[in-house]
Amino acid sequence: MAETSPLLSLERCTVRFGGLTAVDSLSLQVQAGELVGLIGPNGAGKTTVFNAITGVHPVTEGTVRFDGHVISGLPPYRIANLGVARTFQNIRLFKGLTVLDNLRAAMHQDSDYGMFRAAIRSRSWQSTETAIERAASELLAMFDMGDRAEELAGGLPYGDQRRIEILRALATKPKLLLLDEPAAGMNPSETTRLMALVRRLRDDHRTTILLIEHDMRFVMGICDRVTVLNYGSEIASGLPQDIARDRAVIEAYLGEPEGNAEL
Amino acid sequence: MSATVERRGIFAHYLRPLVTAMAAAAVLAGISALVAPPRVSAYFIQIAVIAGCNVILAVSLNLVNGFAGQFSIGHAGFMAIGAYTTAKISVAVGDKWLAPYTTAPYGTIATSLYLVGLMIIGGLVAAIAGLLVGLPSLRLRGDYLAIATLGFGEIIKVIFLNTPAVGGATGLKDIPQFTNVFLVLGAVAVTVIVIRNLMSSVHGRAILAVREDETAAEALGIDCAHYKTAAFVIGAFFAGVAGCLYAHYLQYIVPRSFDFMKSIELVLMVVLGGGTITGAIVAAIGVTLLPEGLRQVKDVFHLTTDPRMVIYAALLIGVMLLRRDAVPKALRSKRAGGGAHG
Repeated sequence: MAETSPLLSLERCTVRFGGLTAVDSLSLQVQAGELVGLIGPNGAGKTTVFNAITGVHPVTEGTVRFDGHVISGLPPYRIANLGVARTFQNIRLFKGLTVLDNLRAAMHQDSDYGMFRAAIRSRSWQSTETAIERAASELLAMFDMGDRAEELAGGLPYGDQRRIEILRALATKPKLLLLDEPAAGMNPSETTRLMALVRRLRDDHRTTILLIEHDMRFVMGICDRVTVLNYGSEIASGLPQDIARDRAVIEAYLGEPEGNAEL
Repeated sequence: MSATVERRGIFAHYLRPLVTAMAAAAVLAGISALVAPPRVSAYFIQIAVIAGCNVILAVSLNLVNGFAGQFSIGHAGFMAIGAYTTAKISVAVGDKWLAPYTTAPYGTIATSLYLVGLMIIGGLVAAIAGLLVGLPSLRLRGDYLAIATLGFGEIIKVIFLNTPAVGGATGLKDIPQFTNVFLVLGAVAVTVIVIRNLMSSVHGRAILAVREDETAAEALGIDCAHYKTAAFVIGAFFAGVAGCLYAHYLQYIVPRSFDFMKSIELVLMVVLGGGTITGAIVAAIGVTLLPEGLRQVKDVFHLTTDPRMVIYAALLIGVMLLRRDAVPKALRSKRAGGGAHG
């Protein structure tokens, strides 16, 4: 695996907001098929890394490569069309649309007909819509959400909204899936269900996944490799069990041992 | 929208927009037929034509305001462009050019075909203007976009007001009356069907996604700039068509007919319609008929001023109180936007 070029590679990426350096010269590689966890204390710059990859907040310096393309500097929709999908820390479903339409909106790239053909309902409209409809329904059925298809996304329970957002990202048939705190706000049983879902994405759908998560049971139980950020820089990277014992990581989360007196 | 081809069958899919359009046509025809049988008075035909124009305007504005969530209050500007462009063509060359063909028995066919061509020209010119207004919408959101579109509408009005070639403040006179009820009904049907079809396609869902959450839409590969512009261009096209019909019915247009109040009236129709196509059709007909009914109220109560604006305001407040979800849907202003925080 190490011989092949990585699917995603950040090369000395820096993101600055005015005087604040949110991500500082970070290099990160994700191989195809890997499930990588990105962890770190609050404000470490994890979501900024996601925003830099997806083009929401372009990198100030450095290069992001994905699947043979330089994607830093591209607008978000083009990066998405190359095969990078994501979920958001604060769920961003299309709340006023049904669950089915949320997924169908994500299957936008599967269409090959233009607006004129849509207006006159040509044959290609017919066949594409039928195919999209079927694919969306199948995706929902596959994850036992078929009965939610016609419900408004905004009216779903929180855990279901998180799952639908993941399915919506999956509907774009991504090569790389970025999950931003998928287990946030979930209770332990919901988290367990989510872990099963994420495992299925990797094992059955062969999706490469980079995820941010604070729930350590989740991260340690599922990730192949973990990278730890603090103040926008990588402080450790390796197997989950090694990371859990890493001195720098423990310090980043709990403070230095000498600092105990102040606690 | 969520109902699907597979479930409803292809006939239902084609039929529903057609039935809606025909129902609108029937209502329009009914108005003119019911009130003054056996010979329909010119007054009622005029109301029917204007109601039809307003349906086209409201349904096309609903694409921009209701579906794409871009708050535009300059729609009358696009209508003015369509009206003035086509009226000028007719006054300058069209009338003379058509003269040999306008005699009976084929006169109506010739003028109708001519007007169909003119509607397309008016629509295209307005669509180009829509492109120019759509571009700032890529940078402006919510209230700021509303102000920009308002400014656009006023600029158009002022341009026509100061162009002697189109009559300036006295307006453009002697436009041939080529519009008839059937052409209006046809244009209404085409507008409704095209926009309804568009909305039940991937493009329609992309437009809705832009309204719902731009950041999320971009993250799914939807080119928000493209779809916002498209909504403006298509909306402007149909407004131009309506302007052409309007000018060739009333035979006389002045810049004042396309001012800010006309745009507000159209926004009112979209808001009352709750952001749906069917709602916009009903609201457009209702708002067109309202002043006609109010004329009698005014006489009965010996009012010296037009009570229309008070009623509009009351209607808007009523909708806001009774159907809270409808107004934000139609008037969605996205102040926040921006990236995912974290």
